[in-house]
Amino acid sequence: MKADPQNVLVGAHYLDGNHACGEGGIAAGCKFFAGYPITPSTEIAERVSRRFPLIGGVFVQMEDELASMNAILGASWGGKKSMTCTSGPGFSLMMENFGLGLMLETPCVLVNVQRGGPSTGLPTLPGQADMMQARWGSHGDYEVIALAPDSPQESFELTIHAFNLSEKYRMPVLIMTDECVGHMTEKVVIPPPEEIELVERKYSDVPPGEAWPYMEFDGEVSPMLPVGEGHKFHITGLTHDIRGYPVINSEAQHLNTRHLIDKVKKHADDIIWLEEKDIDGADVVVMAYGISSRVMQPAIAKAKKEGIKVGQIKMVTVWPFPEKRVKELAEKVKAMIMVEMNWGQVYLEMERCIAGKCEAHLIGHGGGTVHNPEDIYNTIKEAVK
Amino acid sequence: MSKKVALNKAPVEEKQHPMEKILRMDRIPHIWCSTCGIGTTVTALAMALDQLGLDLNKVAILSGIGCTGRVAGYLKLDSFHTTHGRSIPFAFGLHIARPDMKVIVFSGDGDLISIGGNHFIHTARRNADMTVICVNNFIYAMTGGQVAPTTPTTARSATSPYGCYEHPFNLPLLAASSGAVYVARWTALHIRRLANSIKEAIAKPGFSFVEVVAPCSTLYARLNKLGTGLDLMKFYHDNSVIKHGADPKEIDIDYQSQIIVGKFVDIDKPPYIECFNAGNKRVFGDKFKPYGGGNGSN
Ligand SMILES: Cc1ncc(C[n+]2csc(CCOP(=O)(O)OP(=O)(O)O)c2C)c(N)n1
Ligand code: SF4
Ligand SMILES: [Mg+2]
Repeated sequence: MKADPQNVLVGAHYLDGNHACGEGGIAAGCKFFAGYPITPSTEIAERVSRRFPLIGGVFVQMEDELASMNAILGASWGGKKSMTCTSGPGFSLMMENFGLGLMLETPCVLVNVQRGGPSTGLPTLPGQADMMQARWGSHGDYEVIALAPDSPQESFELTIHAFNLSEKYRMPVLIMTDECVGHMTEKVVIPPPEEIELVERKYSDVPPGEAWPYMEFDGEVSPMLPVGEGHKFHITGLTHDIRGYPVINSEAQHLNTRHLIDKVKKHADDIIWLEEKDIDGADVVVMAYGISSRVMQPAIAKAKKEGIKVGQIKMVTVWPFPEKRVKELAEKVKAMIMVEMNWGQVYLEMERCIAGKCEAHLIGHGGGTVHNPEDIYNTIKEAVK
Repeated sequence: MSKKVALNKAPVEEKQHPMEKILRMDRIPHIWCSTCGIGTTVTALAMALDQLGLDLNKVAILSGIGCTGRVAGYLKLDSFHTTHGRSIPFAFGLHIARPDMKVIVFSGDGDLISIGGNHFIHTARRNADMTVICVNNFIYAMTGGQVAPTTPTTARSATSPYGCYEHPFNLPLLAASSGAVYVARWTALHIRRLANSIKEAIAKPGFSFVEVVAPCSTLYARLNKLGTGLDLMKFYHDNSVIKHGADPKEIDIDYQSQIIVGKFVDIDKPPYIECFNAGNKRVFGDKFKPYGGGNGSN
């Protein structure tokens, strides 16, 4: 279906990534936002709180991020598209119930505008060091979907996409942006509503009394049950069967966790979104996501000018990791390079998939500012030697 | 391993359980010990729902984690078993999305007041329209009887083996001072009065709170050598005093002392959504469409 015209601020705007992200959520039909202020994410909440009253949305500033995460789960089960935003310290607090959202298979969107960490770290400066936390930060076994915008325009577009994925796969979806993108102001073109395609939630058409909250634990997505319609369903964060009833044994655990994992793994090709350039015939491929994928551009241009055959992959989705593609390329190229604002997180996945088939390089950075393109250039040069 | 889950349907019985309308019979037997007070409290809720004559399709129940936290799983309502301490904010989101539904939170003292304490006070402050029923057994029962923020001073628990020396929370005082519009306390013995209070609480617009002092026979009673759950019920019988309208400041519970019960607060104050609408109406006038009609969409 198409976006609701009342939600879409059509036109060309001059927005920072955070405001654009808020507009993306609104355009996607988000009608409940629960959040807790934290730099550098707060502008998303501020934007939404200002825009919601006249379009039928409810913004609530909660008592903390634990509450925010839970409130969006409750509202999602109540039928509202829901989102929250935060940064490192709040992301840590959200992890507990991000896991509940995965376990209950609840669509919603969680935006992390990453800053430097650990702990209070660098409140006002960028980082990309929550990437493994996004992947593994809640306890237990599961798969996640995480997107990384590189600009205000993408912040708008990927927030809509995140809502669509969350409804399609019935799970919380992460937007792992960063302070740079969040606070960089650029032109953002918001298209007319008829050009914004939205995935609507699928509700079960099984009549009350016969429907369970999950159909089969086979890695496929079950339609949800609506509240208040007589289904009188039960859902629990405990390991459960398709009835949503707790079952505390190893077989149920196997089925439940395999289902959560397979839901993403079986559909990885549909979910994974890479923007590739100059890959054919490349000797070296540089991978990056979010702001780092922009920062690497001058370095790649310089290397190309010198005749180095360098390809690039911008990971629009970081999780699930593009295993298949990296394995393929590792057979063909001399080296692969990961540029990220941390000391090697997504790099670990790249290196694992390369499995010694080509060189693996990390261009790490502690955060606080972006990479110096010169460092990226030097590594590219080194790699093709 | 088979991919399908075997659905263990409960055998069809001739006789109907008197609470079959509200219980998930396919989940009975429940996990609670005999002479535990939680079941009695559930009965009181069932009585209240029955007497209110509510459309049960429009009632949601949420619990956190604990022995009491299992309540949501046994009730034939839209029911949510959330994480430890988080049922209130989950319920808050659900309430905002579906203001046409009655939202009831049913959980334990540790869950609601310790780990969930911040959510409790803030949701009371916002006066969100929901009813919170807290089974206070003075202990973390599910995990084996550890000290709770409600454990009376000198009472023993698995982690206060020499007697608790902290000051416990007085739950009605906490609820009242945080902004709850309806506050009552009963024991598991006062089943009809409790049912009546739950009824009033559910009917009351805004944040209503009912504390139920209830026996944990297996842990609290055993660790303190107080006999069985039945002995605790006898203790409640002999030591509870009904004082409607008592000042919440004066109803602390000491170890094995008098328990003051009754309805302490019943005031009128606009609930969250009403405030939300009034606040926006004040600024936007007729441009603002009040939120909360029908299934919450506007
Ligand atoms: C985050 C987290 N911490 C700890 C626990 C372990 N835990 C389970 S139940 C419980 C206490 C429950 O006490 P209460 O709410 O009083 O319920 P009761 O069992 O007494 O009814 C604890 C600490 C948990 N499940 N989650
Ligand atoms: S341990 Fe205590 S609270 Fe838990 S079921 Fe047994 S008696 Fe009830
Ligand atoms: Mg307890």
